[in-house]
Amino acid sequence: MRVGIPRTLSFFTLYPLWKPFFEGLGVDVVVSPESNKALLDEGVRETVNDACVPIKLFHGHVAALKNKVDILFMPRLVSLDGKHTLCPKFLGLPDMVRCSISGLPEIIDFRLDLKKGKLELYRFLYRVGQRFTASRAKIIRAIWLARHNFSRYRKLLLQGLTPQEAFNCLDTGYEPQPEKNMSSIRLAVLGYPYSLYDNYISVGLLEKLKSYGVNVVTPEMVPERELKRMSKNLPKNLFWYYSNRVVWSCMYFLQKQNVDGVIHVTAFGCGPDAMTNKLVELETKYNPRKIPFLTVTIDEHTGEVGVATRVEAFVDLIRRKKGMV
Amino acid sequence: MKISFPYMGTSHIVAGYLLENLGHEVIHPPVPSKKTLSLGVQHAPEFACLPFKIVLGTYLEVVEMGAEVLITSGGCGPCRAGYYGEMHKRILHDLGYPVEMIVIEPPLVEPFDFFKKLHRLVKPKGYINLVRVLRVAWAKMQALDDLEKTLHKLRPLVFAKKQLNRIYDEGLEAIRRADSVKEVAVARKDALEAMHSLPADHHYKPLRIGLIGEIYVVLEPFANFDIERILGEMGAYVHRSIFLTNWIRDNVLAHGEKDIRAAAVPFLNEMVGGHGQNSVGEVVRYAAKNFDGVIQLAPFTCIPEIVAKSIMPAASKARGIPVMTLYLDEQTGQGGIETRLEAFLDLLRQKRRKQEAS
Repeated sequence: MRVGIPRTLSFFTLYPLWKPFFEGLGVDVVVSPESNKALLDEGVRETVNDACVPIKLFHGHVAALKNKVDILFMPRLVSLDGKHTLCPKFLGLPDMVRCSISGLPEIIDFRLDLKKGKLELYRFLYRVGQRFTASRAKIIRAIWLARHNFSRYRKLLLQGLTPQEAFNCLDTGYEPQPEKNMSSIRLAVLGYPYSLYDNYISVGLLEKLKSYGVNVVTPEMVPERELKRMSKNLPKNLFWYYSNRVVWSCMYFLQKQNVDGVIHVTAFGCGPDAMTNKLVELETKYNPRKIPFLTVTIDEHTGEVGVATRVEAFVDLIRRKKGMV
Repeated sequence: MKISFPYMGTSHIVAGYLLENLGHEVIHPPVPSKKTLSLGVQHAPEFACLPFKIVLGTYLEVVEMGAEVLITSGGCGPCRAGYYGEMHKRILHDLGYPVEMIVIEPPLVEPFDFFKKLHRLVKPKGYINLVRVLRVAWAKMQALDDLEKTLHKLRPLVFAKKQLNRIYDEGLEAIRRADSVKEVAVARKDALEAMHSLPADHHYKPLRIGLIGEIYVVLEPFANFDIERILGEMGAYVHRSIFLTNWIRDNVLAHGEKDIRAAAVPFLNEMVGGHGQNSVGEVVRYAAKNFDGVIQLAPFTCIPEIVAKSIMPAASKARGIPVMTLYLDEQTGQGGIETRLEAFLDLLRQKRRKQEAS
């Protein structure tokens, strides 16, 4: 039996949890190919035009998987931290996909809502496991494997690896040494994992920055404990899991005073980001160090050169500000 | 302290009355206009929705008129509107207006916070006064909704449509001036009688259209180009899914609307915030009531309505009811909306003729 997992949205957060779990159950995991133009075009065709690029891309990934797998795994993610929900589009995602794409295989869309308690994750995994095997021991073993792998993944991210590097490391056991980058520019690149780490949709932004000799930090590199501490600084937190992490990590980087600039990557028409972007902008504006701030908006028409020009100019500006030119 | 509030549909009549009679100096928000919108658009985030921009524009107008305190509703997500109070405050402060924002969170979610803020508003004149004022305000709200429902019903039938609108406006004004439950009842009765006395063709069977979508753009005529009037004057009966009284009853005082949400479950089995799930449920209900069609109104980038829209084709097909979605933003033009409405009504008329022939 083959289970398909689309390589976008929550993939970069939760894949290391799903993969060992399904493998422990004796199921093959099929991941959709890396995002490319054909996938996006397919997604754009299937989705309502008002949806944001990540949602369109997700439809493309599903369409690419639908004939290759027996079961599609796209749980309805409601809450991942027990307090905040995800964007409403995540909540309605299985229904949206069902209504937009025809000829789908069986879909597993159980609710994952950690507001119900800390053990809900295990109950959720158990429910999923029951779909594949009747053996209780097998499911519990798979859950244990998944948990172990997942906590290793989180540790690797905190060391500054990108999700892709961390996946490789988990597969091969080879830990890449963080490059000693002598450059003294450090930028916080904020955004959702599915737009930051998807090289196609972010038009290779992170790699481009590295090639300019910039040290990049992202929200995934901030420890959970620190994020929690930052959450107390806002009179009212946002309602969405990923958006909150962006705002909190921005506040964390500003407070630690170790970034020279902030880049916010947002998708065209992203609802939560209308709020997130303004919050982050005002945070940087009222910071006593007056941190430079740049918003990069991506959509299905984004060209690599346009983004490169803007980012390059931004980096130059920071170099000049620091007296390096 | 000079107090003001956002403008939405006819709610300003009730909100203004309530605050004035609780003993506050009220700055009445002006009717939203092009100027309001362009002020809002200038200072709002690009992808904030139309209600955010219009309300921000209203705030900027009232703070220029001297408002020091703004009162608005909160929320707990996942719709963005719950955060708008906080965001508006930050933007206004950033622009150099040191206003205070009182964000009233839903009493069922944060009862303590709700009563603290309520106490502050009620303090000047005490709680006995509050009971009296609330009774009148509720009566006003019901009267306003009755007037509007009658207006929708009569519009396609009455010959002198302009006169009908004028009587309706006069009725609103009479209800605004009323100061006791009795006066409200008189104003309501007078207006309803005047509306019913207009010559009308009661044998005409108009197309029946359900109007669903996000609450602000459904209730505020400036945001939706007064779509109810356009449709009514084209000879269609509009049934609006949201009225102030039923919305307050179902969302503020009790967790209602369970039946509408249940109707949506086969298509959308999750609360997606705002009116997303309701929109799908209402389509199912309108289909059951044999309506001719449904129009969904949504502000551009509204997350819950995008989810609803992508599910709409499936619901519409399964229940055999045509649905048209209109996205509204600052770029929308009245001509475009009218053309689309005309075409939609033409299709519905043809569909009805075919059904009658067979």
